[in-house]
Amino acid sequence: MSVEPANLELREVRGPSALGGGRHRFFELLWLMSVTEFKKTFFGTFLGYLWSLMRPLLLFAVLLLVFTQIFKLGSEVPHYEVQLLFNIVLFGLFQEATGIAVGSVVSQEGIVRKTQFPRLVIPLSVVLTALFTLGLNLIVVFVFMLAFGVTPMWTWLLFPVILLPLLVLSTALAMLLSALNVRFRDVGIIWVVIATALNYGTPIIYPLEFVQGTLKQLLMVNPLTPIFHQADIWMVNPHAESVREAVHGPLPIVIGAVIYVAVCVAGVWVFHREAPRIAEQL
Amino acid sequence: MAGFFARIAPLTPVTYPPLLTTHAPPKVAIEVSGVEKTFRIPTQRVDSLKERLTTFSQPDYRELHALRGVSFEVERGEFFGIVGRNGSGKSTLLKILASIYAADAGRVRMAGRLAPFIELGVGFNNELTARANVELNGVMMGLTRRDARSRLDTVLEFAELEEFVDLKLKNYSSGMLVRLAFSMMIQSDAEILLIDEVLAVGDASFQQKCADVFYEIRDSPRTVVFVTHDMRAVEQYCHRAMLLHDGDIRTMGPADEVARSYLRLNFEQAPGEGDADLGGMADITLVDVWLEDGKGERITNVEKGDELRFGAIFEAHRRVEGPTFGFAFDNADGVEVTGFGIGVAGEGPDLVEPGQRIRLGGEIENRFAPGRYVAKCWVHREHNYANLVLHSPHVLDFVVYGKESAGVVALDHEIAATVESDAKVSGS
Repeated sequence: MSVEPANLELREVRGPSALGGGRHRFFELLWLMSVTEFKKTFFGTFLGYLWSLMRPLLLFAVLLLVFTQIFKLGSEVPHYEVQLLFNIVLFGLFQEATGIAVGSVVSQEGIVRKTQFPRLVIPLSVVLTALFTLGLNLIVVFVFMLAFGVTPMWTWLLFPVILLPLLVLSTALAMLLSALNVRFRDVGIIWVVIATALNYGTPIIYPLEFVQGTLKQLLMVNPLTPIFHQADIWMVNPHAESVREAVHGPLPIVIGAVIYVAVCVAGVWVFHREAPRIAEQL
Repeated sequence: MAGFFARIAPLTPVTYPPLLTTHAPPKVAIEVSGVEKTFRIPTQRVDSLKERLTTFSQPDYRELHALRGVSFEVERGEFFGIVGRNGSGKSTLLKILASIYAADAGRVRMAGRLAPFIELGVGFNNELTARANVELNGVMMGLTRRDARSRLDTVLEFAELEEFVDLKLKNYSSGMLVRLAFSMMIQSDAEILLIDEVLAVGDASFQQKCADVFYEIRDSPRTVVFVTHDMRAVEQYCHRAMLLHDGDIRTMGPADEVARSYLRLNFEQAPGEGDADLGGMADITLVDVWLEDGKGERITNVEKGDELRFGAIFEAHRRVEGPTFGFAFDNADGVEVTGFGIGVAGEGPDLVEPGQRIRLGGEIENRFAPGRYVAKCWVHREHNYANLVLHSPHVLDFVVYGKESAGVVALDHEIAATVESDAKVSGS
């Protein structure tokens, strides 16, 4: 408990903020919170890891059954089942990161109201935990891919190029939603609906080739569509039509890009603006 | 809470170093200038997007001025108390100092690292073991993970929880949790500590340890800002203190002065606060109650052993036969130290009529041990304890100051020590 009376200078206290409290502490907290949460889900319970794999695997099993046995989709698309599993797991990242982040700041009320805590750590740790989960799930996916006879391709190495824009979008949404939810408590409910819509508005359970005409161009406006479609090309189906072929004219992609950038800017701006007042509104 | 520090005191007949130790050239550790904070409380709460989008009128707000331009400085090494009634703005101020709230105006500057303890054990994760929580909490307080881990043993040793290091916190008792939290707090090596209403339970020996630590911190170069309701703790630990009232500084200065003005303020605003106990149907009410010194001047604190006089005025609203008027004095632990009950003296009939006033007055032998006392008042009819007419649990607050003494009362003694002349002395 010895304190050296060093040359302590008076420094201005700037109040609560998204990042406040030093960069070092920020990352230590972020890491510790994510790892803690991750450990809790995966190693805290008996069969923890298997348990959390259950959800994507069961979903996969059901969808596979419906689409190959009822809609007879599987026969027309090579490696449909692998594509489906891969997409479910990848969308799981987006869904988990945003869906849990919505309520994260509100549920960490104790920490926010009683301690000096960099607010941004809370939604970011949710995204990081989701990323860890994705990492674990991908192991299973790759085992499946090899088991179903997908030949390893050099384009697998391009996975980070797909992951990065998805991660950025998820993070921006996590920030936006978690901050808005403090003020408007029904954001979470609304988001569930939007996330479900996005689930169907992105080529996840169906290949993009199956959609034609205006609807296809509408799908391309969704910023997630090019990301997921490119993932399919690089990971499973190198012969699928490219994003450039799928889109007629630059307009849908431009609109999609504008939405993407707008969401990112809004996420950062709203969170930064709300951060100092979060403790008062809880 | 109120009992915590007070319970310690009787166990510590040891005299600690005097409160005003001289420090090296005073340096400012915390500088607060013109801090204001206003909360906007919506008269009609809009907390969903749906309401926001479907309501056309702008929501109305009521403004609550929690702090109206507060300025003060705390020197390095000072143990600085902030006291005030509920809603006086002291918690808001602490939260601004701790960077939990943003101030609307004004500036706060600090020299050194700060560790806020707004509530013990906040951020504890019940699903994790003590080991993991110590690490998490340490990082929260600004330590690196390695530093936080290296402190584990010291923390657990102080908390006397070594055997439970790998037990999840959800299996801890509340006493164990508080011990762990307090231990973490004192092991953080921040230069400035903000402490709000330390909740300490646990057994007497652990409380003693906490008190020792507080004395140690008080005399160390660490700076402490301490918010409490316990005036005894303020007088015991604080070098200086500040009384907040309605978002303004009412008094600032030596701890005992501030404690006194807090108690005075408390009494000013509490006339008849407890009278509602019988649902407003009281046949007799207490109009006034006070203490006075030997010269007949009203006082709210008295030195140990000084002449202490007592006065009270009751008013009857209905006819009450055979009334007994009683007062009892509780110390800060809630122990009833003394009390008395008296009937109407004199020749006339033993009753009071509506509109009549009854005055109690006289001397109380001042054997009170130093500390804070609360007087409660009761009246019953027909000299029967079962017929309660009035019962007010808190009608008067006062502090007895002076040299600490052990025990509940301070009795005079005439005991001398002599050396027996025929004692055998060996090895001379």
